[in-house]
Amino acid sequence: MMENAWIIPLFPLLSFLFLILFGKRLKEASAFIGILLTLASLVYSLLVLFERLTAPTYKAEGVWLTIGDVQLTAGFEVNQLNALMLVIVSLVSFLVHTYSKGYMNGDDRFPVFYAYLGLFTFAMLGLVISPNLLQTYFFWELVGLGSFLLIGFYFYKEEAKAAAKKAFIMTRIGDVGLLIGMILLFWQVGSFEYDEIFAAAEAGSISAAMITLTAILIFVGAIGKSGQFPLHTWLPDAMEGPTPVSALIHAATMVAAGVYLVAALFPLFTASETALMTVAVIGAFTAIFAASIGLVQKDIKRVLAYSTVSQLGYMMLALGSAGYVAGVFHLMTHAFFKALLFLAAGSVIHAVHTQNIEHMGGLWKKLRLTGPLFLIGTLAISGVPLFSGFFSKDEILIAAWAHGNTVLFWLAVIAAFFTAFYMFRLFFMVFAGEARSDMKNVHESPSVMTMPMVVLGVLAVVAGYVNTPWFGTFLGDWLVEGNHSLGHGHIEGPAWIMAVATIVSLLGIFLAWLMYGKRSLSRDWLTSRAPLTYNLLYNKYYIDEFYQLTVVNGAKFFSAFLRFLEVFLIEGIVNGAAGIASSLGKLGSKFQNGQIQTYGTAAFVGLAILVVIYAVTGGYLK
Amino acid sequence: MSAVPIQAYLALALILFCIGLYGALTKRNTVIVLISIELMLNAVNINLVAFSKFGVAPSITGQVFALFAIAVAAAEAAVGLAILIALYRNRKTINMDEMDTMKH
Repeated sequence: MMENAWIIPLFPLLSFLFLILFGKRLKEASAFIGILLTLASLVYSLLVLFERLTAPTYKAEGVWLTIGDVQLTAGFEVNQLNALMLVIVSLVSFLVHTYSKGYMNGDDRFPVFYAYLGLFTFAMLGLVISPNLLQTYFFWELVGLGSFLLIGFYFYKEEAKAAAKKAFIMTRIGDVGLLIGMILLFWQVGSFEYDEIFAAAEAGSISAAMITLTAILIFVGAIGKSGQFPLHTWLPDAMEGPTPVSALIHAATMVAAGVYLVAALFPLFTASETALMTVAVIGAFTAIFAASIGLVQKDIKRVLAYSTVSQLGYMMLALGSAGYVAGVFHLMTHAFFKALLFLAAGSVIHAVHTQNIEHMGGLWKKLRLTGPLFLIGTLAISGVPLFSGFFSKDEILIAAWAHGNTVLFWLAVIAAFFTAFYMFRLFFMVFAGEARSDMKNVHESPSVMTMPMVVLGVLAVVAGYVNTPWFGTFLGDWLVEGNHSLGHGHIEGPAWIMAVATIVSLLGIFLAWLMYGKRSLSRDWLTSRAPLTYNLLYNKYYIDEFYQLTVVNGAKFFSAFLRFLEVFLIEGIVNGAAGIASSLGKLGSKFQNGQIQTYGTAAFVGLAILVVIYAVTGGYLK
Repeated sequence: MSAVPIQAYLALALILFCIGLYGALTKRNTVIVLISIELMLNAVNINLVAFSKFGVAPSITGQVFALFAIAVAAAEAAVGLAILIALYRNRKTINMDEMDTMKH
């Protein structure tokens, strides 16, 4: 099976091409094409994963370009990480395809939506089986394109247009870092191959400073793609896209690409302590930073968006703390519960037609299926014991502690408390309390939407059991098998960490319950006590405004300056040169006026000049 | 007779030639231009006659030459006036400014 793994990304590509060509005729039926082809991808991915559980890594490459002595290759590789990612991506994509059939029903551009989904899935699947950086970069940009198209799907809304552009431009800023890092690596190693890069890093043929530099530059690419501080602002704005797209972007494709890249290049990062530290610090800071913003947001999707940013920070913290397994494990569990949360949120929005959680309430009794599923997702992301998020978050905390990042460890613990609080704030505000009178026609979503949620709900509960300290760390052991540079399959940590993680998440839930469930604490406690802090958090630390003021205005000013140069200096010189030539020509053509008298005058003046010269020089020109 | 020096003849010829040249180059009326050209020709004739008397080797040839020049000038004036009339019939003007077909 593995030798034909290249076919997996081709199914969604086929779906894209087919729907672009024939979508208009197929109309609603195009959903079946998309669903069936992603199902084929999923089945094939599962088969590859099962085979890879026992078989060794398979890699196939062919020469793509020969430039002088350098050969650029293209191909695919099925190692543990790739096989796992294939399943995650194709599974979430399949479920989102299915869900969208209900959610997007009646949209004018229904086939186009499915075509874009296919392209997006193709790009991500291609990304995760690339064996070299160059190929990764191609798919990396394709993922960016896919997200641009999908975020801007409602392009007639100004916000959606702006969000799509913002997502594209901000990730491009990160991509510049990735590109430079890639070129430096190629310059040093002479190859884009992951294997050769790792071998060179291990053999010490690249200087330590260069490893650090390239690793950090590549991490800049991951910062852009995975919405890490300071390039995180596009991710919450990306909520302007249709909700299933949010689920796809936030769970499996776009943002996972950054984490995947760091994980795929993990041996490079471990070769430099500074690079690891950078990843860990950025990750931990993003985790707590985004979580604090999530505390006060009022839009159901924005709360989830900030939780994504925060959870991605966790993954980065794990990878930066040499916790390869923890990071990948959390990437997997997060993909399931975050997709679940987004699809459930989509189901809520589908039912009540608003995204403002202050206008919701009492939906528990009306959405009999969405409610419990949303609760499962909330419990999982909050790190409540026995749910998947608990195990992966625990691994991350242990990794941070074991690596000696005490400060970052406590930051992560506080972020976990915040996470539990804001997720349950969201849950209570949407589902608990009194039903609002203006929501009479609220009904549960059709089964085509609820079934994918049920699947994800089951996974959000059980996915954690593949890697637990109690029953065995199967996933961890398998992930690092045969590759010592990835670290250990399981990092031993003190038992109290698990207790602390449990306590803080329960505390967060309890506090949320007091404020929004039982309401014994006033919910505007923060607004009245610390309006400044509240405003700071509600306005997302004014990061957008700050960027607008500095970067955007700076760029505008610079472009105005360049335009000034262009118009007055460059065009001045060019027009001046042309002007001199044409005015000389005009002067000459004045004499050519057809008047015999002018010619006669010219001849006479010429003769007079000759005579004067003759007289002055005394007869002969010497 | 011999009291008049050659410089006087030459000065008269020069003045006549310059008046003729000025008229030929500046006047707008074509007939005036033709008359100016006659002036220039006659200035030349004065020179020829003057040098036939006061030249390095005085002889009658200069005066004969001047007679030829007058005859040729008469023919030229006739042809010039004929062209002018033909032009006038075509263009209904004798203004020099409007005669710019040499531009094309």
